[in-house]
Amino acid sequence: MAHMTTTVPLEPAEDRTMIINMGPQHPSTHGVLRLLLEIDGETVVRMMPDIGYLHTGIEKTCEAKFYQQVVVLTDRIDYLCPLTNNLAYCLAVEKLLRLEIPPKAQWIRVLLNELSRINSHLVWLGTHALDIGAMSVFLYCFREREDVLRIFEMVSGQRMMTSYFRIGGLALEPPLGLFERVKKFADRFPEKVDEYEDLLTQNPIWVERTRGVGRISGEDAVALGASGPTLRGSGVDWDIRRDQPYSGYENFKFKVPVGKDGDVYTRYLLRVQELRESNGIVQQALAGMPEGRVKADAPKIVLPDREKMKTEMESLIYHFKIVTEGFAVPPGEVYMPTESPRGEMGYYVVSDGTAKPYRVHMRGPSFANLQVLPKMCEGRLLADVVAAIGSIDIILGDVDR
Amino acid sequence: MPLEPAVTDLEQLKTHPALARLMERDAAAVEGAKFDRDEMTMVIARVFLREACSLLKLDLGFTFLADLTAVDWYPSEPRFEVVYHLLSMQHKERLRLKVKLAGDDAQVESVTGVWPAANFFEREVYDLFGIRFTGHPNLRRIMMPEDWEGHPLRKDYPVEGYR
Repeated sequence: MAHMTTTVPLEPAEDRTMIINMGPQHPSTHGVLRLLLEIDGETVVRMMPDIGYLHTGIEKTCEAKFYQQVVVLTDRIDYLCPLTNNLAYCLAVEKLLRLEIPPKAQWIRVLLNELSRINSHLVWLGTHALDIGAMSVFLYCFREREDVLRIFEMVSGQRMMTSYFRIGGLALEPPLGLFERVKKFADRFPEKVDEYEDLLTQNPIWVERTRGVGRISGEDAVALGASGPTLRGSGVDWDIRRDQPYSGYENFKFKVPVGKDGDVYTRYLLRVQELRESNGIVQQALAGMPEGRVKADAPKIVLPDREKMKTEMESLIYHFKIVTEGFAVPPGEVYMPTESPRGEMGYYVVSDGTAKPYRVHMRGPSFANLQVLPKMCEGRLLADVVAAIGSIDIILGDVDR
Repeated sequence: MPLEPAVTDLEQLKTHPALARLMERDAAAVEGAKFDRDEMTMVIARVFLREACSLLKLDLGFTFLADLTAVDWYPSEPRFEVVYHLLSMQHKERLRLKVKLAGDDAQVESVTGVWPAANFFEREVYDLFGIRFTGHPNLRRIMMPEDWEGHPLRKDYPVEGYR
């Protein structure tokens, strides 16, 4: 993080070039991203991302918390899809514990995870279009996003920092009327996506600004660790939900859209297609929702129901023990990869057998995707940088942690 | 589900293609292996790391470096473990590589030449653990300010920081 130092770590290579700063306070860097750009006229010669402005030391904090307390911290990493973070962390710890999750909990997890993807993609589409100059799309997207946030509020009481998933299942039974509400949303949503597409897909200005811009080849994307739509836009057919399924994704049918041009326009098309596919998964989850409990049968790990706690001695003891002492996790390590809206979100959790994780590391998709950005922008126009940043859908909370 | 004990016997694990390939090249350089919770881990000697990575990438299709991080086992020695998570999209398979480093000699060869993706990840490990990666093109702090003292993710660094 070079903001503490006075010297610029990048020196102009030639007399004709100059260094400019883009960010960290720049509306189209989607947070506190700072880019050092060496420009020759309007052409970017070199680019160097400078990150760390949002570094909060979450990984260190995790080591001082009980396993169940870390769930709350994971919300704050990728703040556009908190439930995806919750899920990745819970799955990692459940894998360490070898805990079996009841089907209903798994399906609700998938349902909410896909709604998170819709939420995240809507924010992406709105802000990305706004960056490039299409203001009205932003208003349309945030209209539907509000519906999704209301659903989150209904299940968890929070619009953004949901913390709804727990190690061993869900925090609570979903409230009455949730599924009807989600159904109402999912039935109407495809026509809303048509509306966004009407505004952009054939729009000559949009096409002109995005087609052929921010190109990256499939080999480069793999070599630089890109994942998610950034990788698939370049023709690499890889989606963890399909290829290494977790949390019951093998029960769902969905297409993984893959592009081939690797430009901003392709990534736009892919994400719009993903909106439709996610909506399809939501509808499948609603249609086939299993019955049963939403918490695993593991009294030493999962908090008892409130009612039981007040009437049964055993439950009260377990509740007291979990809250005050946590629960011990057998020693070992796991890496749990999941497909977040931005790509591979992996949680590496190491246990030393105590009630606190020895090490928690988050592999943020945005962190790796950011390495692709210079490759996309070098040799291109300065104005295209804005389009390229938007197209990798960067979240600085996820980059800096 | 009951927890199955981890398999750590090299003889038993030898059928694993990646392990077999590395042992065929240099059996002494494979310091250990573990199959636990459906995940394969291999511990590699530090000098063999770069060669092992190239082998895994070129011969076994591990073209994607998913993650690179470290664990500090202070105060026990060897203190650091650098952990590499590899992915082969072709075989839909994951693999964990580890290199153990002593506390007073915390450096290892950079793998940026094999996977350019390692660039940021190695800088992060350098920044937060103080492990040096030799041959890295731009080994500077990435998260913390340039003039920061200490490496926050080390276990002897207090959670609330120095006051």
